[in-house]
Amino acid sequence: MMNADNSPRQPYTTYNDWYASQDKARLIAKSKEAENIFRKTGITFAVYGHADSSEKLIPFDLIPRIISGREWRKLAQGIEQRVIALNAFLDDIYHKQEIIKAGRIPRELIERNEAFLPQMIGFRPPGGVYTHIVGTDIVRTGEDQFYVLEDNARTPSGVSYMLENRETMMQMFPELFHQNRVRPVENYPYLLRHSLASLAPPGCEGKPRVAVLTPGIYNSAYYEHAFLADMMGVELVEGSDLRVIDGRVKMRTTRGYEAIDVLYRRVDDDYLDPLTFKPESALGIPGIMDVYRAGNITIANAPGTGICDDKAIYSYMPEIVEFYTGRKALLENVPTWRCSEPDSLKYVLENLSDLVVKEVHGSGGYGMLVGPTASKKEHAVFAEKLKARPANYIAQPTLSLSTVPILVNKGIAPRHVDLRPYVLVSDKVQIIPGGLTRVALKAGSLVVNSSQGGGTKDTWVLED
Amino acid sequence: MLGRTANGLYWMFRYIERAENSARLIDAGLRMSLTRSQATEDDWDGVLQSSGVRDIYDDLYEKLSAADAIDFLLRDKSNPSSVMSCIDSGRNNARMVRTALTRETWEATNECWLDLKNVLARRIKAADLPEVIDGIKRKTGLIRGAFHGTMLRNEIFNFSRIGTFIERADNTARILDVKYYVLLPAVSQVGSSIDNVQWESILRSVSAHRSYGWVYEAEYKPSHIADFLILNGRMPRSLAYCYEKIVSNLGYLAREYGERHAAHATAEETLTSLRNHSIKDVMDQGLHEYIENFISHNNRLGQEISDGYRFY
Repeated sequence: MMNADNSPRQPYTTYNDWYASQDKARLIAKSKEAENIFRKTGITFAVYGHADSSEKLIPFDLIPRIISGREWRKLAQGIEQRVIALNAFLDDIYHKQEIIKAGRIPRELIERNEAFLPQMIGFRPPGGVYTHIVGTDIVRTGEDQFYVLEDNARTPSGVSYMLENRETMMQMFPELFHQNRVRPVENYPYLLRHSLASLAPPGCEGKPRVAVLTPGIYNSAYYEHAFLADMMGVELVEGSDLRVIDGRVKMRTTRGYEAIDVLYRRVDDDYLDPLTFKPESALGIPGIMDVYRAGNITIANAPGTGICDDKAIYSYMPEIVEFYTGRKALLENVPTWRCSEPDSLKYVLENLSDLVVKEVHGSGGYGMLVGPTASKKEHAVFAEKLKARPANYIAQPTLSLSTVPILVNKGIAPRHVDLRPYVLVSDKVQIIPGGLTRVALKAGSLVVNSSQGGGTKDTWVLED
Repeated sequence: MLGRTANGLYWMFRYIERAENSARLIDAGLRMSLTRSQATEDDWDGVLQSSGVRDIYDDLYEKLSAADAIDFLLRDKSNPSSVMSCIDSGRNNARMVRTALTRETWEATNECWLDLKNVLARRIKAADLPEVIDGIKRKTGLIRGAFHGTMLRNEIFNFSRIGTFIERADNTARILDVKYYVLLPAVSQVGSSIDNVQWESILRSVSAHRSYGWVYEAEYKPSHIADFLILNGRMPRSLAYCYEKIVSNLGYLAREYGERHAAHATAEETLTSLRNHSIKDVMDQGLHEYIENFISHNNRLGQEISDGYRFY
């Protein structure tokens, strides 16, 4: 928030004046009020493995994270380039595999990847779009300096928090939105619906019927599924509502079965179709993959996109972007050591205390080692894991992440954050100005995941 | 609307109705034990039977005691009809059909659950019971208020109302079924204090002891009580009232969908019978048989609605 000389950075100047004029006790009280709004509304997520605390709130911090219009434009260009490359990459690996033939990516990394679906080979989804919704996790290390931390091309979550955080801020501090020209995010559901509908199968007649597929009320992100369905004005369906009839996916309504054209699924690939994937899945729809391959339904995101979330693939993103767009990547990757390579493994083992080590398929901040803060014993345990299955890990340096202020009892204090902007892909790429800012609430911590004590805040992109 | 959504709405409102009914039954039981010179465990036996959970209670407890029965009816998760179980299930169904509810209705339901989860986390002391029971009635009342004040009168509303009244009819019928012998003219001796307590308890368990006074000029008579709870179309918990509502809500669905199901005929038949009989007819036919027959028809109607509107 601050420059080196302790003056507020340019986008924060107006906010800073407002903050200085506020009664701090009132702000703390507002903060409690916000928490009550969230609890009352049921904006919760589930933490698996905690029977009695099955519904948790994500702490909300009421100081917005503010990004200048200029910085955002630069960021948005980089994200757009990256998302276009991801789609081209997916289309390529499921068709001609030019990138493998060109020797840029090892074949086994693709074809032996659990997230690579042979069922998608030779099939092109409607409109040629694989990743309809993308969340790109980004960290800022200094002025105009952004790194992509990871790509979420499977089913990025958290967008409901972006929307509810804004809603809550506008309710509590309307005056801030008069004083600052904050670009809107609230039309996201409308854009999402139109983006999805525009990619309905070519044979679809009339207005495309869109539905959101959820695993059900016990899923950790159920609130978000219901929220998005509600805001888009479409049905929220479960696998048990759907059945394949006459070559179409149809939902059971009080009047009979009605066809669906576009399914925004929040169910993992493995559970989508018990006939094709996990036979024991009760969440999926038997036969939906046949309907899909016959071109009679659009599935968003397409099955098989999860390979982009793989952290070993991530390490090749600079090559991938350059290969498909013909230009150098605008956004930087965090330098990444692939432990599958002997030299890298050696380096990682020798420098564990300076590195963050992650599982290639991991998510949610689980199964990782944060070298600088871990104990000697944890280092030793992790070193054994690395030696046993080197290909399962990658390592990255710890970045000096920029901090933003949060409200604490004594006033404000700096904490590390990341940023997940949301991107919609149809015949165009739309990036919502803002996104979800996740904040590590523990002083000094770099782990922002909500499952491990992270919070969120509203993210402003200013018009300028 | 999805069949699963209709099912969720139907059960959401059945469970909320049942939670309230369970609270009311505890209230009536408490009252009875206060009025009696000697508190008797039989009173709680009747309450457990009205709630249809005597068997489950016996599996869990060796003997019948007021304190255990109250705890069992209020908070026990192994009792599917306990207030806490019903609020849990009602709220889970509400989460499932969230997109069909107004924000106010959802929030009232969620707040009811949040509050009661907190209040019912521990065994309730006898001294705190009246306040807790009042709280339950108030919180469920708020759900009903939000629902009536904000919901569009469409199919969502109809399925919700049908759930409410199928449950309510079942509840009133069960209370009558357990206590039918108190209402038989042959057995009862008008004016004996035991019967007065029993009758009042029946009325109390449907929150009708005051309104009964207005309609029948405070004269306790078994046939009046039976008439009030079965045939009186103005009494909001009577079987006749419940069926007026069920038939009219099913009627809206039939018109909107342009389609009738077996459920329509079944409900109309029951309503016709409730309209065309006098309480004397009912007593002549046999109160017990009449009620048993009603309960089984009511269950069948629930099944027919579920089939007709593709709940599963």
